[in-house]
Amino acid sequence: MKNYKILIIDYGVGNDQSITNALSCLGYKFLISNRKEDILDADVYILPGVGAFNEAMKNLNNLGIIDLLKEQILVKKKPILGICLGFQILADSSEENGFHKGLGLVEGRVVRIKERGGLRIPHVGWNTIKIERKDPLFLKVNKDASFYFDHSYHFLCDKKYISSECFYGQNIVSSIQKDNIFGVQFHPEKSQNNGLKLFRSFFIYIGINKDA
Amino acid sequence: MLKKRIVATLIIKDRRVVQSIGFNKYLPVGRADISAEFLNKWGIDEIVLLDIDATAQDKKPDIDLITQVSKKSLAPLTVGGGIKSVGEIRKLIRYGADKVSINKEAIKNPNIIREASKIFGSQCIVVSIDVKKIKGGYEVYSDSGRVPTGLNPIEWAKEVERLGAGEILLNSIDKDGLKSGYDIKIIKEITGAVSIPVIALGGAGHPKHFLEVLEEGDAMAAAAGNFFHFTEHSPITVKAYLFKKNIDVRIDTYADYEGTSFIEGSGRIKKRPEDYLNKLRFEYISDEII
Repeated sequence: MKNYKILIIDYGVGNDQSITNALSCLGYKFLISNRKEDILDADVYILPGVGAFNEAMKNLNNLGIIDLLKEQILVKKKPILGICLGFQILADSSEENGFHKGLGLVEGRVVRIKERGGLRIPHVGWNTIKIERKDPLFLKVNKDASFYFDHSYHFLCDKKYISSECFYGQNIVSSIQKDNIFGVQFHPEKSQNNGLKLFRSFFIYIGINKDA
Repeated sequence: MLKKRIVATLIIKDRRVVQSIGFNKYLPVGRADISAEFLNKWGIDEIVLLDIDATAQDKKPDIDLITQVSKKSLAPLTVGGGIKSVGEIRKLIRYGADKVSINKEAIKNPNIIREASKIFGSQCIVVSIDVKKIKGGYEVYSDSGRVPTGLNPIEWAKEVERLGAGEILLNSIDKDGLKSGYDIKIIKEITGAVSIPVIALGGAGHPKHFLEVLEEGDAMAAAAGNFFHFTEHSPITVKAYLFKKNIDVRIDTYADYEGTSFIEGSGRIKKRPEDYLNKLRFEYISDEII
């Protein structure tokens, strides 16, 4: 079996320790870095994120790793899992703090959750997801599982990419898949066993056993 | 649907979890990482860690302690105490916090709320408000309830929302440690005044108190400290109680305490019949393999 290298992309807005805790819990080895050689060398990426969209893009731009990362994902077809903000920046653009361009890896845009009917924003807490289609991320996840969400903006994209949704005054995309590109709006690293199951499903799908 | 959250608070003094009574009496409970580990096993929805020494002694947040606690918690961790700058928030999030809670600094320098929410997003910034009953109303206090600020809690709650706070952690100084229930009046006033979620804290001593604060108080989350430290399996038993009362809560733990009833005064669970307990002795529960 091939020795897979998992890379958590470190770009200044990640909850790196929380991701570390979850992956360690499952027994995976990984690297946290933003160096170009590590990006080239890695086989799979985790793009975490807690923060504002423009701040995340600014940091990625300053690190000068966007083109390299896109090439690895689009040309070399290496899998990536974006989490929360790391998922949102996969989109073309966002309206958080003004209009900002994203990585443009998945056609879509990020808009503020509509406040209607006394809905409290941010959408924070545990919500049940509805799995829309059989997806590698949910291989080991029970249907109607709940995950921890914490966001004020949400991802709009074509139905063909949506693998699950949740409901908060409106349908909210909770996960997407486009070929080798995966994204989740919730925080699997903070969703106890359901989150661990999601990480396990993802790594099993891409062929990593835990001693990798 | 979004579920109501049951939140545990860990009040930290001298690097230890303490029981807090009326914001002025503290009794030791134990190590924070062990508390977090148990709470996590019992299916807590979120943990809020408040280091009350950090602000009082003008110390920076204790990053080591936060990392230790985060290693034992796969539920969201909100950290407060001693936060004065965006740099400290960045560090906390990197080393184990998922959200931060700001109290005194927000009062001294409200601009930190705006600045921090621009960088980390509103969803990451919780403003903690400690309220005390005064003649004719309520007042916001700072410095662990020692210093009156002259701020009106409702006006202050609206102001922090306007500045970009994503949540309010509302703590009642009068109710702290009394186990007589939450201060529903002020909670209701604040939840009615803002459109961000409110986490209510202070006074829980029986599962029915959680029901009151979530229903009447309209809080999105009910938090407790002492109740979870001193009452066995209480996160699950509280949820079982709420579930029975038609509150949408998350029960993901193996034990669901269905059919449990409670002792009126203490909020502890009533003993089940002998034959039921006998049956449990022979039930084998294997660890879930993920």
